[in-house]
Amino acid sequence: MDMNEIKEIFFQECEEQLAELESGLLKLNDGDRDPETVNAVFRAVHSIKGGAGAFGLDDLVAFAHVFETTLDCVRSNKLEPNQDVLKVMLKSADVLADLVTCSRDGGSVEESRTKTLVKELEALANGEMPSAAAEAPKPAAKAAPAAAAAPAPTDDSGFQPIPFTFDGFGGDEEAVLGNVFDISFKPTRELYSKGNEAALLLRDLSRLGEMSIACDMDTLPAFESMDPEASYFGWKISLKTAKSEDEVRAVFEFAEWDCELDVKPAEASEDEEQPMVPVPFDLSALDDGPAEPAAPAPAVVAAAETASNVTKAVAAAVEKKESAAAAAAAAAQNNAAAAAASAGQTIRVDLDRVDRLINLVGELVINQAMLSQSVIENDATGTSAVNMGLEELQQLTREIQDSVMAIRAQPVKPVFQRMSRIVREVADMVGKQIRLVTEGENTEVDKTVIDKIAEPLTHMIRNAVDHGIESPEKREAAGKDPEGTIKLSAKHRSGRILIELQDDGGGINRERVKQKAIDNDLIAPDANLTDEEIDNLIFAPGFSTADQISDISGRGVGMDVVKRSIQALGGRISISSKPGQGSIFTMSLPLTLAVLDGMVVTVAGQTLVVPLTAIVETLQPEASAIHSFGATQRLISIRNSFCPLVDVGRILNFRSTQANPVEGVALLVESEGGGQRALMVDAIQGQRQVVIKSLEANYTHVPGIAAATILGDGRVALILDVDAVVAASRGQSLKPEMSLAATG
Amino acid sequence: MSYAVKSLAQGSRELIAFRIGEQEFCVNIMSVREIRGWTQATPMPHAPAYVLGVINLRGAVLPIVDLSARLGMKDAEPSARHVIIVAQVKNRVVGLLVEAVSDILTITEENIQPVPEISSDLEKQYARGILAIDKRMICMIELDALFAEKALDKESEAA
Repeated sequence: MDMNEIKEIFFQECEEQLAELESGLLKLNDGDRDPETVNAVFRAVHSIKGGAGAFGLDDLVAFAHVFETTLDCVRSNKLEPNQDVLKVMLKSADVLADLVTCSRDGGSVEESRTKTLVKELEALANGEMPSAAAEAPKPAAKAAPAAAAAPAPTDDSGFQPIPFTFDGFGGDEEAVLGNVFDISFKPTRELYSKGNEAALLLRDLSRLGEMSIACDMDTLPAFESMDPEASYFGWKISLKTAKSEDEVRAVFEFAEWDCELDVKPAEASEDEEQPMVPVPFDLSALDDGPAEPAAPAPAVVAAAETASNVTKAVAAAVEKKESAAAAAAAAAQNNAAAAAASAGQTIRVDLDRVDRLINLVGELVINQAMLSQSVIENDATGTSAVNMGLEELQQLTREIQDSVMAIRAQPVKPVFQRMSRIVREVADMVGKQIRLVTEGENTEVDKTVIDKIAEPLTHMIRNAVDHGIESPEKREAAGKDPEGTIKLSAKHRSGRILIELQDDGGGINRERVKQKAIDNDLIAPDANLTDEEIDNLIFAPGFSTADQISDISGRGVGMDVVKRSIQALGGRISISSKPGQGSIFTMSLPLTLAVLDGMVVTVAGQTLVVPLTAIVETLQPEASAIHSFGATQRLISIRNSFCPLVDVGRILNFRSTQANPVEGVALLVESEGGGQRALMVDAIQGQRQVVIKSLEANYTHVPGIAAATILGDGRVALILDVDAVVAASRGQSLKPEMSLAATG
Repeated sequence: MSYAVKSLAQGSRELIAFRIGEQEFCVNIMSVREIRGWTQATPMPHAPAYVLGVINLRGAVLPIVDLSARLGMKDAEPSARHVIIVAQVKNRVVGLLVEAVSDILTITEENIQPVPEISSDLEKQYARGILAIDKRMICMIELDALFAEKALDKESEAA
């Protein structure tokens, strides 16, 4: 593994930490005061800082450090995480995310942004706790210990506590050795497994001032049940120093999560030094332990007390009561505990591998279908053992396919979290107060869908903030809460994911929308439209909101683009709006892009699949409903409106003359332009879920064809690109962009 | 494996020879993935005449090219006796419809004769040499050149 790979892992972890950070901050914002939430937030920043330090990402470290310091004030209850504080913190989280992105992809974050926030963070940290400087000095950065050391007191055990004084910031501090801390430090197993060393931490601590230390060996088990990698020792330290508690804690900065640490000012005014107690350690167990595992080991209880007036008795006992069998049981218990800890873990898998697995399972499903079909052909009764076995196989393959698809499924949470940042930023920009409420963020959907939904969703959120929610003054005038609410929710419904974006703003101004549509020649001035039809006008291409162009939503992208990108995903979008109460955008998307619900049809002897999402209805045209229009066009009248007929076989060049519509079936489809067309096919074979196969992989893009699939008989069927076919029927040519070596 | 290593060491190479009509052709064995029987292909709209359509090759969509038509000869009439040579051309896999695969040739550079000057542009594009083996004349085809096209190149660069 080279450095870049490790770095890549670090950035991946950063993403996770940032998500953790943001969700934690949002929880705090909602009034959650659980210390564990604060800890989680702190931990996230701390981990990013630690990792960034290892890779020398100085900008990131510097910012994370200031952020961390302020968070620490919150953690130690010195700073109340009220709305104002959290606003700064959320902004800082955004900047931190940007810094991570910049470190990975290059580029830089605007310095002014970082600097302003650093100042704000420092002000927060200093405002409430002037004693702790925003820049907590690290022991490692300090100069060498001063030569002047107090005379070392010795006790009767012969151990000599080694006092250190430390000259950190010049002579003036040296005189004040006012603070005395009782520190209890007990590392856990993880501390050592991460390559930390307690002795080094203690040495750093000793540099802060005069220190005496005692080892606590209470938990040391019998020798034969001792786990060589476990941590048994703890230390009680009395430190006399000029430094503040935070600076003392800073020594344990990188070990804090892997130890039990307690730092408190000593109660007694006279500093009592706790001498090290000699611990009798009976090694006799070594001799008879392994030889006679069943025999109880000699019990040696050694408790030691010193004559001095030690306030905290340090008793070290080495007990050897346990038999070897008990030791084995303990070891087994340890293993069980380790196994339990590993439950709920995740592994990172290369996406290519997952996709390959999905492809293979897709092939398995097709192969199984082919096998079933040929067995059924040869076994009319359908009762043979082979047939029964095949049915079970079919069920199994379906289950395998579902489980494999589930691997690619991811919760929509990351996208939703990104939205909360956008709401914050845009709301700030336009001076509105907006709260984003998310629901169902653990709803899972295929990764490709998640990746592609972010952009249209961003656009809609911007729109909702900019146009949907009114200004605080207007809201108050209307008797509403000055703080607007945008609700983003996701849920599963009948094999699709439903994403709803609801705002409690003013709703769609229908008068204005209608006027705009008339101005832009989208509708006739005297058109009589229902409210719903007017609302849906905002999705029409060419519906420009030119007089409202702003930094935020007027980026030359309209709602028609949003609708198109949702449709490209095989989804649908609709809007419902109530004046004065707000609007709801509803998006319904497929759970995966790997399979598609399609209608299998026959056109000129060929089997084609038409995506079900595009089809509005199917009908059998009657001769009386068909009307010729001009030289070649034909229209079909459906409930008193006329809809152009499109012969799919003709468009795809499968036949040279138009088929007789009366002999076929018409599929009424809705295309990207919003216009309806009746696609003529010869017959409908049925409806089924098909696995989408790429044509481009080995061939080229074929106009009018979206992709291919493999049917139960093993043959390739083409999936119709409804939008392209409709566009072609409008006179736009459907010529191949290129072909496989077309010219010699 | 050891055989291949030995052959390479001697500067020789292996080719697969196949028949289209009365003529024999060969391609580098390294570009051939597999050889399979003819199955009915699904026609593609707007495809050039020599593209017979696509078939299902264990879950992948494989275009089938009538090599006879591609080489400017008469269109093949595919039957159960025809075979498909599944070949790797650049980063794509293409099925080549031929009448029969005759044998595997191991040749050295000395066996290859240059293409005569009389050839037309089409032949010049794909023919890389002529082999004379047992009084047979076998034309060596360069598949990459046969399916080389600007658009194709562009796409393989983008991929």
